[in-house]
Amino acid sequence: MSDAIIRVENLGKKYIIGHQQKEPYTALRDVIANRVKSLGKKLRHPGRRTDNPNREEFWALNNVSFEIHQGDRVGIIGHNGAGKSTLLKILSRITEPTKGQIRINGRVASLLEVGTGFHPELTGRENIYLNGAILGMSKTEIQRKFDEIVAFAEVEKFLDTPVKRYSSGMYVRLAFAVAAYLEPEILIVDEVLAVGDAKFQKKCLGKMEDVGKQGKTVLFVSHNMATIRQLCSRAILMHQGRLSFTGSTEEAIDRYLNHTQSNTSVSTKVSKHGIELTKVNLYEANTGYVTYSPIFNRDYLLKIELVTKESLTNVGLAVLVYNELGILVSAPCTTEEGIDPFVLNGTTEITFELSKLQLLPGTYRISILVHRSGEQAPDLEAQDILSFEVQAAIVREGMQAYGKKHGIVRISNCASITYL
Amino acid sequence: MSSRDVSPKQELIIEAGRTEKQYWQDLWRYRELFYFLAWRDILVRYKQTAIGIAWALIRPFLTMVVFSVIFGKIANLPSDGVPYPILVYSGMLPWQFFATSLSECSNSLVTNANLLSKVYFPRLIVPTSAVVVSFVDFMVAGMILLGLMAWYNFVPTWRIVTLPLFILIASAASMGAGLWLASLNVQYRDFRFIVPFIVQFGLYLSPVGFSKNVVPEQWRLLYSLNPMVGVIDGFRWAILGGESNIYLPGFVLSLAVVALLLASGIWYFRRMERTFADVI
Repeated sequence: MSDAIIRVENLGKKYIIGHQQKEPYTALRDVIANRVKSLGKKLRHPGRRTDNPNREEFWALNNVSFEIHQGDRVGIIGHNGAGKSTLLKILSRITEPTKGQIRINGRVASLLEVGTGFHPELTGRENIYLNGAILGMSKTEIQRKFDEIVAFAEVEKFLDTPVKRYSSGMYVRLAFAVAAYLEPEILIVDEVLAVGDAKFQKKCLGKMEDVGKQGKTVLFVSHNMATIRQLCSRAILMHQGRLSFTGSTEEAIDRYLNHTQSNTSVSTKVSKHGIELTKVNLYEANTGYVTYSPIFNRDYLLKIELVTKESLTNVGLAVLVYNELGILVSAPCTTEEGIDPFVLNGTTEITFELSKLQLLPGTYRISILVHRSGEQAPDLEAQDILSFEVQAAIVREGMQAYGKKHGIVRISNCASITYL
Repeated sequence: MSSRDVSPKQELIIEAGRTEKQYWQDLWRYRELFYFLAWRDILVRYKQTAIGIAWALIRPFLTMVVFSVIFGKIANLPSDGVPYPILVYSGMLPWQFFATSLSECSNSLVTNANLLSKVYFPRLIVPTSAVVVSFVDFMVAGMILLGLMAWYNFVPTWRIVTLPLFILIASAASMGAGLWLASLNVQYRDFRFIVPFIVQFGLYLSPVGFSKNVVPEQWRLLYSLNPMVGVIDGFRWAILGGESNIYLPGFVLSLAVVALLLASGIWYFRRMERTFADVI
């Protein structure tokens, strides 16, 4: 197709990861020492290739090809380490690919971090100019948009205060405002909207939507499926450095969440007090089988298994159930269910009975919080630990099934008709 | 509607090992960033200091006093027929410029690491703007020279108009060396320690506190391998006039070293630039 604005072919990016390096950077002495060592090896065993056992190749991106057209709003989703950020870095020319090719037609602006180049000693006004220039705006362009930027960030009163005295909210607002008034043909945004308060986030999202509506191409990385769904017309799903799906946003998100599901190896979640979350599963109440696709209006048990090395008192647990838009649907808690703060000792299983599951068909995700009463921060926070998809079902002797279109929860459990 | 119908655009191709042809064009496009970075560093440099930019005056002034006393009075070195402080200061000025821009330049990439790993722009802008910042200090420090000239009633000859040429050579020298050190510093932080060392030694290896005539005739040419020898020589020739003369073979040699340093510095920087974001 001729109108591809971005064409990526066979893109690959290789990193060398050193296993024994303690310093995050190379020191000259190590390089010299290693050279001498390998020279010594060569002298002793001439002809043998010297492989450095401390070095391992790692392909952060491999064989990635796709096309993006004018006006597309593309979401890039995938787990941590799937290569999303590397892809964005290559697209924005910060780093170079190891192989493959990218063709871009148009001015690219990328926003990989809010407030890059902000200097704490400079005032808000000075930072607007500096940051604008860093993001590729010209001075006249910034001057033209200056008032709008200030209004968007709501920092009029503090324009001549050094930003080091700003509250973090103000700082982020100002930083995003500058970026929001970039006018590129292609906008690349990494997960930067996860900052600021809810009101400001909404404002940012609105701004991003506007950008998309102006026919500009947007590439957007986020872990927030609701945002992706709202903003993007297409999505790219990445998995371990490869492209695993491109197509409609809905389908990509579905695949992503289902992948999360099959990947639930929870034993890695260890908290500061040594609480380990070893199991989170949904069981059919009658058969005791594990399920990921419960059926509406049937009985299920949600079991959570925690392991502690030493006993821990005053513990409470909350299960946060989110729908696919990221809205908290329900949060059953042990305390509210009438269990006093309890003791965790050895392996403990906590069971929630979900009788007549009233969540309407759709995909739900579960996060788990373990907290001790009196402590501010949760002791254990496991996000998106389990996801399941509720299946449509007929209740009673109905002719039609309850489905996705009926909302999130069913609040009535009986209907009757009386002729008056 | 295709974007190409709207405006004919240049296609950007990103590939491994490709030195974009657009690089120099980009450099021009980002010229304002260059200005803003320099402006930022100048603004920030003396923030929260009590006497601010006066530091740019005090440091060279005090060094000049010490050198004049030690080399001029105690060691009693020849002064080429000009007041010793002026002799010292005309060498001090380019040297301080070189020294500050060298250290600023070599640290510039590392201190701007967050920029390098998050935004694209031609990286050459960063060390260059570091040199510009030092140049501002240089101009400020230059006022002391005017003061000294007034104090000693010293009137420069016509040669003073050639001074910009030597300033240019000094910039090229610090830029060349700075680019090397900046890109090496990204990979090997050892250069954080090497640079202050170079600056400290260089002060005595270059004819700052004394006239180059102190150096024995047979060593002059070898001595001129130090690029700052030619630069300081030129500065003295332009400012002091009269008896001070340029040792031509040495000057040409210094000039060649500067040219080599600059060209190789840019070459090495361009070569390493692509991996900066990965290793920094």
